[in-house]
Amino acid sequence: MTAVAATGAHSGRRFFFANERTAYWLMVAPAAVLMAAFYFYPLVEVLWISVTEPKPGLDNYALLFTSASIRRTIVTTLRICTITTAVTIVLGYVVAYVLVHASPRAQRWLFLGVLVPLWISVLVRAFAWVTLLAREGLINTTLRDAGIIEQPLALIWNEFGIVIGMVHYMIPYAVLPLYASMRDIDARTVSAARGLGGSRFYTFRRVFLPQSLPGIIGATVLVFIFSLGFFVTPAILGGGKTLMIAEYISLQILDLLRWGLGTMLASTLVIFIFVLLAALAKVVDLKRLFGAG
Amino acid sequence: MSELRQSVVVQRMVKRYGRVAAVDDVTLEIERGEFVTLLGPSGSGKTTILMAIAGFVQPTSGDILLDGRAITRLPPERRNFGMVFQGYALFPHMTVFENVAFALRARGRPGEEVQRKVVEALDLVQLSPYAQRLPRQLSGGQQQRVALARALVFTPHLLLLDEPLSALDKKLRADLQLELKALHERVGLTFLYVTHDQDEALSMSDRVAILREGKLVQFGRPRELYERPATRFVADFLGKSNFIAGTAQGGDGGTLAYSAGGLTLRQAVAGAPPAPGAPILVALRPEKIAVVADTPPDTANAVAGRIAQWSYSGTHFQLLVDTPAVGRMIATVPAWRCRIEPATGATVHLGWDPDATVIVAEDASADSPH
Ligand SMILES: Nc1ncnc2c1ncn2[C@@H]1O[C@H](COP(=O)(O)OP(=O)(O)O)[C@@H](O)[C@H]1O
Ligand SMILES: [Mg+2]
Repeated sequence: MTAVAATGAHSGRRFFFANERTAYWLMVAPAAVLMAAFYFYPLVEVLWISVTEPKPGLDNYALLFTSASIRRTIVTTLRICTITTAVTIVLGYVVAYVLVHASPRAQRWLFLGVLVPLWISVLVRAFAWVTLLAREGLINTTLRDAGIIEQPLALIWNEFGIVIGMVHYMIPYAVLPLYASMRDIDARTVSAARGLGGSRFYTFRRVFLPQSLPGIIGATVLVFIFSLGFFVTPAILGGGKTLMIAEYISLQILDLLRWGLGTMLASTLVIFIFVLLAALAKVVDLKRLFGAG
Repeated sequence: MSELRQSVVVQRMVKRYGRVAAVDDVTLEIERGEFVTLLGPSGSGKTTILMAIAGFVQPTSGDILLDGRAITRLPPERRNFGMVFQGYALFPHMTVFENVAFALRARGRPGEEVQRKVVEALDLVQLSPYAQRLPRQLSGGQQQRVALARALVFTPHLLLLDEPLSALDKKLRADLQLELKALHERVGLTFLYVTHDQDEALSMSDRVAILREGKLVQFGRPRELYERPATRFVADFLGKSNFIAGTAQGGDGGTLAYSAGGLTLRQAVAGAPPAPGAPILVALRPEKIAVVADTPPDTANAVAGRIAQWSYSGTHFQLLVDTPAVGRMIATVPAWRCRIEPATGATVHLGWDPDATVIVAEDASADSPH
């Protein structure tokens, strides 16, 4: 949001404001106020509740180390998110690779294919997967009719179903940073490697892959962080049996009214994500990674 | 005998992109150990020919032969050619050492051999102190030398260079031209060099192939191309030239008389002279014209005119002379023996010998219907 306002100020021809700094701050101000009111204030409030409910202190945070159900939820969440991220990055890498090497015409269609899912509600997509994966869904009935299986496969209401739904949702978020970093690779370095005697695969491994590493790191972090906060997809495709942290938090707050515990988990999640980003910033240039500057 | 000395042959190669022929029926025979340059303006198809030899571009028709064997369908990694790309294409994520080691590692050579050969190659281009740097930490000239070492380290059959000096400034370019030439003599490899810079081509090459709009116009030694250009384009592209259009009259004893602008001029001919009445085009280098002030010179050809413009460059004067007979002529006169005092509007006489000029063909235009 701030980035949009800032570029607006720079691209303008002439402003009536005395100098460019005033113009800049006047344009950023509305966005900044909105962010403060609807983003930072609730965040601080959440943090505050987590150390005051039901009584002041760090008792809620102690539960992280003592409660078996919290530990189970966290382990499940990390496992699902890790698998989702790994699968998404591999599939996204293939899509981005094809995109970069396609002709401009084919590229337009491929991009459309990547971006259209972003405009379809996550709810609709989750239910679409249900119709495909359920016991009496398209895949199971087809396989049974073809005589390949006798009992329906358990494709849904478990972690497998969740991973499928989440990977599907996440692929565009992996493709975009991967595509951006692959596009920056000088194609002649690949030709040069072939000319120097590198086979297709050797050239890919030693020249293309390492140069796309910033994109891989960026996409991994982006997808992993996004998947930590997943709510709708696990709720529908997990069938209530697999509890991930976002659903667990909403359960604590909305059903059990345990505000202290819920906000503690939410705060922990936010802090974890910030630590992750800070660690990443040490390795790569975040601004470049996410396309600014 | 000639079979044995052949190294690379491009045979009737055509490369089309859609309806455009980037390379149009080019045949080149390059001998082993030769330094051959492809010279032509931008877009004349030089890079495409080089890329086809390296295996990155598949010709539409025609063949590439290495020592008599067709390699047209061989993938680039099996051709064993070294290549220095336009802009170098160094691997940005590898150190200088690893860049140079790439070809050896791709061939699975043992570590001890890699170490030894890379050190040798870096010594050859005087870059040993920079082995552990990344390409972006080097100057343009140093990057160029890394690219050279990387292409030479595996003793390729042939070294292909695509405008390797064009990104460098003039002084550095002159130094590296000498270095490259010396390197060629030291390693004894066949060099195929691409440039659009005529001075570079003339000073470095054993032979130069001149390309225009995808066609090979002339292929020969630098001196031969400069002194005996086959077409107007070659005469114009290699240095400066005046052109005189005339009509052949009669020949006797090795000279041809022709008329141009109401004058009768003389041209030395070696073989059979053109038939009387045939139109001819004659090219005349500016430095082969004698310029005198008062009386017509005692050369076989003499034309009078007025100085329209002149300039002084230390080593010589350059005069633009408007003549009623043959239009505007350029003449360059060594400054230390210039027998006139150049002044705009002054009348001068231009003179030249029959063997100073050469008959050239008009170039067929790609735009004309055929
Ligand atoms: N991949 C390509 N697609 C379409 N046209 C091309 C391609 N490569 C080269 N050309 C065309 O072929 C002609 C010759 O190009 P090139 O060999 O690069 O010339 P040079 O190296 O002499 O400047 C140019 O007109 C160029 O536009
Ligand atoms: Mg080129």
